[in-house]
Amino acid sequence: MDLTLKVWRQKNREDKGALATYKVKGISEHASFLEMLDVMNEQLINEGVEPVAFDHDCREGICGTCSLYINGEAHGPDRKVTTCQLHMRMFKDGETIYIEPWRSAAMPVIKDLIVDRSAFDRIQQSGGFVSVNTSGNTQDANALPIPKMNADKAFDVAACIGCGACVATCKNSSAMLFVAAKVSQYAYLPQGQVERTERVLNMVEQMDKEGFGNCTNTGACEVECPKSISIEYIAKMNREYLSASITSEK
Amino acid sequence: MSVLDSKIPEGPLKDKWTNHKNNIDLVNPANKRNIDIIVVGTGLAGGSAAASLAEMGYNVKTFCYQDSPRRAHSIAAQGGINAAKNYQNDGDSVYRLFYDTVKGGDYRAREANVHRLAEVSGNIIDQCVAQGVPFGRDYGGLLDNRSFGGVLVSRTFYAKGQTGQQLLLGAYSAMNRQIAKGKITPYNRHEMVELVKVDGKARGIIARNLETGELERHSAHAVVIASGGYGNVFFLSTNAMGSNATAAWKIHKKGAHFANPCYTQIHPTCIPRSGEHQSKLTLMSESLRNDGRIWVPRNMEDVLAIREGKLKPTDLSEDKRDYYLERRYPAFGNLVPRDVASRAAKERCDAGYGVNQTGEAVYLDFASAIQRYGKQEAAIARMENPSAEEILKLGEAVIESKYGNLFQMYEKIVAENPYKTPMMIYPAVHYTMGGVWVDYNLMTSVEGCYCIGEANFSDHGANRLGASALMQGLADGYFVLPYTIGNYLSNEIRTGKISTETSEFVEAEKEVSDRIEKLMNIQGTKSVDHFHKLLGKAMWEYVGMARNEEGLKKAMAEIKQIRTDFWNDVRIPGDKNSLNPELEKAGRVADFLELGELFAKDALHRNESCGGHFREESVEEDGLQKGEAKRNDKDFAYVAAWEYKGEPSDAVMHREDLEFNDIELKQRSYK
Repeated sequence: MDLTLKVWRQKNREDKGALATYKVKGISEHASFLEMLDVMNEQLINEGVEPVAFDHDCREGICGTCSLYINGEAHGPDRKVTTCQLHMRMFKDGETIYIEPWRSAAMPVIKDLIVDRSAFDRIQQSGGFVSVNTSGNTQDANALPIPKMNADKAFDVAACIGCGACVATCKNSSAMLFVAAKVSQYAYLPQGQVERTERVLNMVEQMDKEGFGNCTNTGACEVECPKSISIEYIAKMNREYLSASITSEK
Repeated sequence: MSVLDSKIPEGPLKDKWTNHKNNIDLVNPANKRNIDIIVVGTGLAGGSAAASLAEMGYNVKTFCYQDSPRRAHSIAAQGGINAAKNYQNDGDSVYRLFYDTVKGGDYRAREANVHRLAEVSGNIIDQCVAQGVPFGRDYGGLLDNRSFGGVLVSRTFYAKGQTGQQLLLGAYSAMNRQIAKGKITPYNRHEMVELVKVDGKARGIIARNLETGELERHSAHAVVIASGGYGNVFFLSTNAMGSNATAAWKIHKKGAHFANPCYTQIHPTCIPRSGEHQSKLTLMSESLRNDGRIWVPRNMEDVLAIREGKLKPTDLSEDKRDYYLERRYPAFGNLVPRDVASRAAKERCDAGYGVNQTGEAVYLDFASAIQRYGKQEAAIARMENPSAEEILKLGEAVIESKYGNLFQMYEKIVAENPYKTPMMIYPAVHYTMGGVWVDYNLMTSVEGCYCIGEANFSDHGANRLGASALMQGLADGYFVLPYTIGNYLSNEIRTGKISTETSEFVEAEKEVSDRIEKLMNIQGTKSVDHFHKLLGKAMWEYVGMARNEEGLKKAMAEIKQIRTDFWNDVRIPGDKNSLNPELEKAGRVADFLELGELFAKDALHRNESCGGHFREESVEEDGLQKGEAKRNDKDFAYVAAWEYKGEPSDAVMHREDLEFNDIELKQRSYK
């Protein structure tokens, strides 16, 4: 298929940036979206133009590195996929495709389509862990049975890959789905109980400090989330937060 | 005597690690605060090591090329992690895990290391559960297990098909706890580009800030390399796009011996290539072989009809299918080890029975498992005379709960529904058992420089068993290195802060900036990928699943030529003082172009078939095992550790003879 690509180009953090237009020809419908960009970049290199920088690594939908806003949707038109799992069969021959970076004040563009997601790391550092030493001298793994339903729910939220699609797609640039996923994971597990109260308070505080917005229940995040994490966990986090702010002794 | 001193402790095998730990020198907590450690790579090995070392009190700096430690490629491991817990009461034990690992590695691993790995395996599960890793559980709330290829017990713990992700996020959370305390300083989007040695000891690294292009000097009392394997030397592999051997190769060039580079694992169940645009290959977890049956059509006319789209695989009756693994290996069937399954697929496809357009695909079929589970569920639900449809529905639900994400992944890539039609799979490069040579303490032949996880060579011999990579990464990082590094660091308490202004640092930085300058100035006509693809083709053609003398010699010559062309004709756009992905790739491919040649040289010298290394000259001539790989213990029961001498072809080999006191060497048979 032949395509017209409108791609966001931005030299560095300070640069204003603009859309550039490139044409690619003969793309296989079996190619992934990023493989299509590889072809485009190879072409640009041959033409002496600096190729477009974009984030990507595992290319199998699990590392959470790839982050493209395609035709106005985070990770493009397909559902339950990351950009690297998006395939060209989702597009039509002759189509014009708009490719932009995530847009959020808390995730500034570094170059072209690459954004700075270090805010996510800092939120995790503020409480996204169980304070257990790595000595291996913990109790036997089976000493504490966990109801399968709780373990499964913990897994469902732990599946978050930290890509940032929820933020990119939210009109408020809210990171609440991302934070709720971690808060809920530990809230469902016995290991997370000891720090349950402080964790949610600290993580929400850090989230606000980073400049992410609030949730207004539009539900866009759960639609675009490649791991289908449900918005119900935001409700859970809100309950956790409310009860923590009442019971916390801090 | 060999220059290689493996430092394996004396005493009976089962007591070696315990005795060794009792005799290791310790560092006083007050002194730990004055000691710096650099960890390069933040996957399971690097992440767990960084967290553990920081927790012990050392000052840790971590480096990763990704934008966050959470994205290291350990995250993509699907199937599970082994541990000798014997929760299933099926006869598992530390000894059995040790035995299976040594046997699975075709008797080319170091006995003492493997036993230690099996000993600490149980602790890993305890540790991860305590961190809140949501492993799969049964209805009683206890941990569930799977079985994996090459073994007869169920010892694999899993979190759906995302075990690597959950374990890595566990290690990442442990890191975060230490980052919050200021004990780890993370340097993300940073790549180690050189090792700095002072008086023969590893004293730091030169790192390139990938966002600004700036070269930075970092000093430490010890340097730990945990940068993963070198599968991307094949261009197409299941590794991440950025996975590279640069850190490992740089220390090799500074004196660390590189062991058994030819031991590569070609994983049998990956999604086949779809065309020239292919940038990487996607693995389908080996756990699928628990329930999937592998086959190709028995008759050539059916193969052709399927390729032309005139026939669907589901139309073929049982008698027209060749379940070749069940036919050839009745004892293990579809659960033979990876190398055996891969070669069997290649054998069928080479004979012309491949089922897709490229002729490089076999079927992995879940129809009988869906039936089996469906009937079982119907019985549990006490349904009387369930209809075929009901059984199908129930069966598919069981398969979905076990492999849902894998099936979804397959469907997204191939656009076929694997619940309804068999998956197509083909082998792909997945893991490298070879790597930097280390002693029992995981120290390389450069003093003060350690190497852990996939980057080292020590535990998997010539072939790795499924679900053992996660085990080794976490064992090294959580439970082995934190002990053994003390032995070295106890002599460093008087060293004090190490300056980065010394001539060694200045020279190392200059070396790097000259190299970058040289790359940028070539301004040739071909992209980095062009050369990487050529290298990959030569590797896959001559150094892939089956190797012979003629091909390997050809590969060495070809790779040398590609390397020369690369240094004359590569084109790297952009500039060096900004984020430049092409420049990053160029540096990595330049190293692969050297490593590939050493790889072929090692494969050429090892004139036996063992594990993932199959030499066509070395097969069984007759009997039940006719045509199977033939190992040669008399001449090759050793580790080949190569010393860098300028050109890969000039590398000098040192032998570490492998002694097996607790295991009898047997020909592997899965018949």
